[in-house]
Amino acid sequence: MVTVNLWSSLERFTGGQTAVEIEAETVAGVLDGLKAAYPGLAPILDTGVSVVIDGEVATGRHASVADAGEVFLMQRMKGG
Amino acid sequence: MAKDELSEFHLVGTRPLRPDGLDKVTGRARYGADVSMPGMLWGAVVRSPHAHARIVRIDASKAEALPGVKAVVTRADFPEGLTGENWNLQENTMAGERALYDGHAVAAVAATSALRAQEAARLIEVEYEVLPHVIDVDDAIRPDAPVIREGAADATVPEGSPPNVARYIEFGHGDTEAGFAKADLVRARSYKTEATHQGYIEPHACLGQLGADGKGEMWVCTQGQWFIRQMCSSVLGLEAAQLRVTPSEIGGGFGGKTTIFMEPLSLALSRKAGGRPVKIVMTRSEVLRATGPTASASMDVKIGMTKDGMITAADAEFRMQGGAFPGAPVDMALYCAFAPYKLPASRHVGYDVLANRPKCAAYRAPGSPMGAFAVESLIDEMCRELGLDPLDVRLKNAVKEGDRASYGPTFGSIGLVETLEAVKSHPNLELPLGPNQGRGIASGYWFNHSGETSVSLAISEDGTVQVSVGTPDIGGSRASIALMTAETLGIAYEDVRVNVVETGALGVNEPTHGSRATFASGKAAVIAARRAIAEMCRRAAAEWGIDAEAVEWANGAAQPAGPNAGKFPPMGIEEIAAKMGSTGGPISGHHESVPEGVGASFGCHVVDVEVDPETGRTTILRYLVVQDAGRAIHPSYVEGQFQGGAAQGIGWALNEAYVYGQDGRLQNAVFLDYRVPVASDLPMIDTQIVEVPNPGHPFGVRGVGETGITPPLPAIANAIEAAAGVRMRSLPMSPPKVLAAIKAAREG
Repeated sequence: MVTVNLWSSLERFTGGQTAVEIEAETVAGVLDGLKAAYPGLAPILDTGVSVVIDGEVATGRHASVADAGEVFLMQRMKGG
Repeated sequence: MAKDELSEFHLVGTRPLRPDGLDKVTGRARYGADVSMPGMLWGAVVRSPHAHARIVRIDASKAEALPGVKAVVTRADFPEGLTGENWNLQENTMAGERALYDGHAVAAVAATSALRAQEAARLIEVEYEVLPHVIDVDDAIRPDAPVIREGAADATVPEGSPPNVARYIEFGHGDTEAGFAKADLVRARSYKTEATHQGYIEPHACLGQLGADGKGEMWVCTQGQWFIRQMCSSVLGLEAAQLRVTPSEIGGGFGGKTTIFMEPLSLALSRKAGGRPVKIVMTRSEVLRATGPTASASMDVKIGMTKDGMITAADAEFRMQGGAFPGAPVDMALYCAFAPYKLPASRHVGYDVLANRPKCAAYRAPGSPMGAFAVESLIDEMCRELGLDPLDVRLKNAVKEGDRASYGPTFGSIGLVETLEAVKSHPNLELPLGPNQGRGIASGYWFNHSGETSVSLAISEDGTVQVSVGTPDIGGSRASIALMTAETLGIAYEDVRVNVVETGALGVNEPTHGSRATFASGKAAVIAARRAIAEMCRRAAAEWGIDAEAVEWANGAAQPAGPNAGKFPPMGIEEIAAKMGSTGGPISGHHESVPEGVGASFGCHVVDVEVDPETGRTTILRYLVVQDAGRAIHPSYVEGQFQGGAAQGIGWALNEAYVYGQDGRLQNAVFLDYRVPVASDLPMIDTQIVEVPNPGHPFGVRGVGETGITPPLPAIANAIEAAAGVRMRSLPMSPPKVLAAIKAAREG
């Protein structure tokens, strides 16, 4: 199980939780697990988000969260 | 990948001549408008003169009857059924049922000359039903504001929100009320920043050709040729691989050239004109009216601080409009606003609001300068009230590796403390100030970005090397990539040529954005060079009849790894290259990935200003940029990025703003009225590069392009208060506004 920290305005989709437990080994598992557990998150996740593992933005769905110390969901990050 | 244990560099950190220098100073460099083709037509765009209007009727018959006119397109020539951001891009490219801002394209025409196309555009009759409009973000978020688009709110927006709220975000940690209760001073203030344009010197320009078979080509001034390909394909319903996009040399982008504007129009016109190529070059007025400004912002910030300068809690509510489409960078603004500070408790709330303005585009650290203006201004105000040194307070609260960021995750290796300490010991801080002069300090932050990256490296027959990258060179990435490649291969800088190539030559690359080109393409080039080295070692091993593992690469040559490998003279890259046709064929290296290991960058600026109490004019006397670059591959380019960011920030702070009339039309759509800083407005901007190497890059690189625009807005506001005793909480801090504040202060 991995604890996924959400931004707090998503709590209305997760029964008031801003940190949720998901059974996942990878970023793909986190995102798919979140959608399965909290379907209201699906359109937000499908629009695009960044998954930050131990302070670094994950570079793909394959990235492992198995040994992650912390996992944060953030708005998709890019730049100018 | 961990940072390599390289004891010394031969090339990294040196300042060789820039590879594009001769082309640019002699005028030989080919920019977007410099490409022409036989049979080429010229395009012109008809734009809405209204901020908000229903398009009742478009009659192009007079234009089509004009000799030399070959095609007219309207939204009816575009495919239907797009959704999400693809729909937004299509709608912004060409209005559908309504024009959503002054300058919104409603039709386009192609003719045999530029003058004929402009004449034809004037003959296209558009009947409008003018609708109520809204420009200011605080007006646009009112519940009774004119509705820009029904149903624009995404799933993040709570029910019952005002109709123009398109996105909503809230995040934070800890108990802010308890934090404020622990503070000796709690202050809440409101700040506003105006929309500004990226202000690149080169207007948007493209030449597009598209046949009835769906195959096309485009030559375009862009930060990202693959983005152009993908976006044009989506908007026009094309297969991406059938469109080949070649980037020109680029005269500035700053984020504004990471998206499409008139590019699909040239392709649509070309297709309708039987496949003849169509060139469109925007005027400056079109650039300002219809291409990506940044968002405007209205921000409320509350901070609690103890009397010795420790921040106990922070609260921020930001409202940003990014035009008639979702996408204002309110999330990034909130993420960055308090990033330099270790906060016991925080709450951040953001609204992305629609208004009748052009669709905002990315602009250098999107959102971060606005957030910094609010937070760094309030920090300074509180330091004054408590009698504290603003630099010491920043050091006392500075985040370090292992600290939790204000936006949640834990920081890895960062160099904020080193940056602030470098500021503290800089001689500029000791220089005396005269009457009406003041000094301001502010920090800034940008995450930096990785993104899809594909690089190819090929060894030439004579041992020189060409590197193909997909990231257009805006700020010196060709030189930096050449330096890193040459350093890795052990050859001369001059023996490496880095080419920015078209979409048919590499896998998908994200644009040069997010300060990523030197980091991502540079890292990929180093890995590609290592692969070429491995192959060259194999070729040498085969020649010598020994195992490839017994060969190592040093000083540009393969050589036996030790005495047990045998005695052979080094085999240089020239020798290996000369034989490659008979030893197995071409030698190349390739790498594609979304590189891991992005390193964030903090900066701190110090500005000395003089404010004329009679006119309100602010003169920049002295300006210092100190920023963590990780490792400066080519220090001159790093310094150039620091200076460029500061110059743009100075313009944003003092003069630049979109000025709209009551009718919602842009009043200052030329550079005479939209005033960017010119050389005579600025002193030589001092720089100091801090190097806290990024462990995620083989040479320690962090991106440096964006952080530099973040501190100037508050640094100058802080300096103005020090000089004139007035606190400016809205931008621009133009002479009339500063003078009014001085007069108001005098009158008590």
